[in-house]
Amino acid sequence: MKQEMICICCPLGCRMTVCKEPEGTITVTGNTCPRGRQYAEKEVTAPTRVVTSTVAVSGAVCPRVCVKTAQDIPKEKIFDVMHEIHSAKACAPVHIGDVILQNCAGTGVDVVATSNAPAEPHNAHDAPKIESPLR
Amino acid sequence: MRCYDLIIIGGGPAGLAAAAAARAEGVTDLLLLERDAVLGGILNQCIHNGFGLHTFKEELTGPEYAARYMEQVESLGIPFRLNTTVLHLSADRTLTYINAEEGLVTVKAGAVILAMGCRERPRGALLIPGTRPAGIFSAGTAQKLVNLYGEAIGKEIVILGSGDIGLIMARRLTMEGAHVKAVAELLPYSGGLARNLVQCLDDYDIPLLLSHTVVEIKGRERVTGVVIAKVDENRRPIPGTETLYECDTLLLSCGLIPENELSREAGAAISPVTAGPVVTDDLQTSIEGVFACGNVLHVHDLVDYVSEEAANAGKQAAQYLQKKNAAPAGEAVPIVCEGGVRYTVPQALRPKAMPEKLTVRFRVQAPMKNRVLTLRDETGRVLLQQKKKHLAPGEMEQIVLKKEVLCAESAPKRLTLSLEDET
Amino acid sequence: MSMEHFDVVVIGAGVVGAAVARELSLYELRVCVLEQEEDVCSGTSKANSGIIHSGYDAAPGTKKAYYNVLGAQMQPELSRQLDFEFEQRGSLLVCFEAERLGELEALRERGVKNGVSGLRILPPEELYQLEPNIAPGAVGALFAPTAGIVCPFGMTIALAENAADNGARFFFEQCVSGIERSQEGYRITTRQGQRFCAPCVVNAAGVFADRIHQQVSQTPMHITPRRGEYILLDKQAGRHVSHTVFCLPGAMGKGVLVTPTVHGNLLTGPTAQDMNDKADTATTAQGMDEVRKKAAQSVQGLPFSLAITSFSGLRAHEDGGDFIVGQAPDSPGFFEAAGMESPGLTSAPAVGKALAQEIAVYLGASLKESPILTRKAPVRLASLAPSEREAFLREHPDYAKIVCRCEQVSEGEIKAAIHRTLGAVSLDGLKRRVRPGMGRCQGGFCLPRTLELLAQELHIPLCEVRKHRTGSQPVMAQPEEGV
Repeated sequence: MKQEMICICCPLGCRMTVCKEPEGTITVTGNTCPRGRQYAEKEVTAPTRVVTSTVAVSGAVCPRVCVKTAQDIPKEKIFDVMHEIHSAKACAPVHIGDVILQNCAGTGVDVVATSNAPAEPHNAHDAPKIESPLR
Repeated sequence: MRCYDLIIIGGGPAGLAAAAAARAEGVTDLLLLERDAVLGGILNQCIHNGFGLHTFKEELTGPEYAARYMEQVESLGIPFRLNTTVLHLSADRTLTYINAEEGLVTVKAGAVILAMGCRERPRGALLIPGTRPAGIFSAGTAQKLVNLYGEAIGKEIVILGSGDIGLIMARRLTMEGAHVKAVAELLPYSGGLARNLVQCLDDYDIPLLLSHTVVEIKGRERVTGVVIAKVDENRRPIPGTETLYECDTLLLSCGLIPENELSREAGAAISPVTAGPVVTDDLQTSIEGVFACGNVLHVHDLVDYVSEEAANAGKQAAQYLQKKNAAPAGEAVPIVCEGGVRYTVPQALRPKAMPEKLTVRFRVQAPMKNRVLTLRDETGRVLLQQKKKHLAPGEMEQIVLKKEVLCAESAPKRLTLSLEDET
Repeated sequence: MSMEHFDVVVIGAGVVGAAVARELSLYELRVCVLEQEEDVCSGTSKANSGIIHSGYDAAPGTKKAYYNVLGAQMQPELSRQLDFEFEQRGSLLVCFEAERLGELEALRERGVKNGVSGLRILPPEELYQLEPNIAPGAVGALFAPTAGIVCPFGMTIALAENAADNGARFFFEQCVSGIERSQEGYRITTRQGQRFCAPCVVNAAGVFADRIHQQVSQTPMHITPRRGEYILLDKQAGRHVSHTVFCLPGAMGKGVLVTPTVHGNLLTGPTAQDMNDKADTATTAQGMDEVRKKAAQSVQGLPFSLAITSFSGLRAHEDGGDFIVGQAPDSPGFFEAAGMESPGLTSAPAVGKALAQEIAVYLGASLKESPILTRKAPVRLASLAPSEREAFLREHPDYAKIVCRCEQVSEGEIKAAIHRTLGAVSLDGLKRRVRPGMGRCQGGFCLPRTLELLAQELHIPLCEVRKHRTGSQPVMAQPEEGV
């Protein structure tokens, strides 16, 4: 079976051809780097994606903290992961890399923070709210 | 009046990389001015991944990528001002900025780096007919509201334009529970990266309607629908092909415009093609000592290349400051675009003064397959030739020019970059 | 249901209603204004050419001619008193056919009859010197030095604010559903269920004036909403012409004007299309094509690639073709300012003054002893003298926080626009007062922050902030998060 695909690993978007032989060997051409081969192999067997989103954060200078799955997760689990992310709440301070959800939706993959959410200074309830999760 | 060696306008990816590079080159008396409350610019709202493979050899999200540069700027002790807007810039590199702490401040700089980024083309500029209800957003504005504010902007969505931010938002809104009904694109090809068509539209079965546009917006208070029609080869809607898409939100991802109001005010020559300043190989604009990089120079699709270009601008500005009295670098030679090459940046280079290796970035006018990219001098001598399997307007290309090749015989007087048929 | 008692109820808070209310508020009268939208200046007054016409256009003896010339004469003083933007740039009516030069002369003579001063026919050389971008082939132009450009929002808001400062009360989102005569005069009911009564009513309802009229008077009145589409260009194109340029109407129909605006943009339009729907302010592809084509007939090299927005407005055209100003013949106490199409904006101050005088006589009211005659516009940092800026910013650091980068609007200006008399309650209202989102990016950058400031200052959640009327919230309420 021969399949044309565009690599999503990086913005180069290499146009690859993937051949899956009946005995299971997979050959990939058109990729520029090993990531492309890896992606193509996964894509024809068990496709995965990294999910990025945001989580509500309390006590921070910003209302949301950005998150991602620490590794790629099975594609069919995207909405299960999103469901858990939607119901999650973080507490400030949050730092890049902090685990927000462990083993999200049974994927074995953690959801980690990708932005910093410093705690709101005390007695500064009328201090201007910073609209970005950074700094 | 306070005088700085270097002032960098804009603290997004371009400004941060330029500042770090200039500092590394020994410029200590510098100041970075950022209009937002935080550094990082648009990266802060680009929460998706795919950044940094080129620069850091790992895949990062926008905020993570920005944080790396912010750490550099902080550890290098580069002074910056937040919530600070530059109001005026003049050709003698005097500029006025404003913020709440200092009020109005006029300063002078030995060199200025323009790194103001770009803005989105709004509905008004597209002259889309119809009513003017709530629910029409440019894609980046929607991205900010959704990602940074955590707000919901709509349930039933139509997107006009297949720019990358629009595609990214199609996925993002789908993941947030909205229904993206279609992405309509006026051109017969997508304006975004191929990878985004795959992972943002195909993954979620969102239809991409090529050669289609929105011909009417409906709704009084809130958008109630948009009419989409097919367009002919002249991009004019074809009567009878109109279809009503009921929706509450229209997102626009129809192109980015470099923010050159300050550059224009200062008198910098602006290219009508890139809408950014015309620069030579050192990224210097037509105003001496004023450099430009990032999306204010030309719209990029990869932040990694913004960082690279900006670091070069920082380095060039530093060199300019350090050898102010050096002999003039000689005439700049223009790079003429032909055969479907839309523009190059830089637009001209100085054979005597150019670096040993110079990266020239360019875009094409239309999608093309199997072409030979050729650089010739005024005599027709081929200086560089490369096969290109696939070229698209949405994907920036680059070539590296070697000084030793360019100036092997005599310095060229004119360069032509063209895409030619394979023979 | 409670009833609010006033001496005069003005229906409509457009420029005419605001002008009437302002003049009435100088008398010892209890005045209120009912407006169906959420803010003043929300109908025809917000979408027009922003031109102060000199007054040669209307036939002598018409109300249009009378009020136009009077209104234009009042404008310089009024704009100083009420501190709104007005510039006497002058207008040029350009003629491209030699055989029609006589028409220019006829219009000049008509202008003189109407009382317009300074009218002059310019030969081509002088015309091109004055306005080099006039399309080639012009044979002459009628120059009207008293014509000018005005900010229609600024003017309407200034009049309304001054009325409010003098005690007039404004009721928004009150759409009049019924008017009946009663012992005290008139009883007015709104669709929102409020009731008002007063011996005098002023019908300044714009395109809806005939509907109001028909509830009270038997005399015929029919208003056709005439839609006009416009294209607004970036400030980069703002100096393409320096006068308001009209084209002598010809075989190609009535031309469109090309004019600088008081904010430095370039405006072209309007088209003219008779509509059935009194609310249809949609723009059309045909309309915008027409604007582009017709504008190019009188001005060359217009950079339409610098368009930043398009919009359309509905002019209230009455079948008789003239303004209707005064007391309805069969309805004592029922005053009207209807059919206020062009030159309605120019005429509004004069119409307001005339109606207020008539009503004062009718009610036997006298002028207030010390009415507030002036009003200050919101502070714009850019318009402060350089020497004043530093001290001002020290006192008001919010004015140094730029929210809208295109128009350089600060947080301080936005907050002030929300909290002043008849303050902004919507994004569009804010835009019309201090211009965030009016510029080249059309709010792309500042929308989130502007939404946030409106929410914060009005003490409402972000999802309740409106673009204009109820139901126009850009951000949607979301189900409570967290389980």
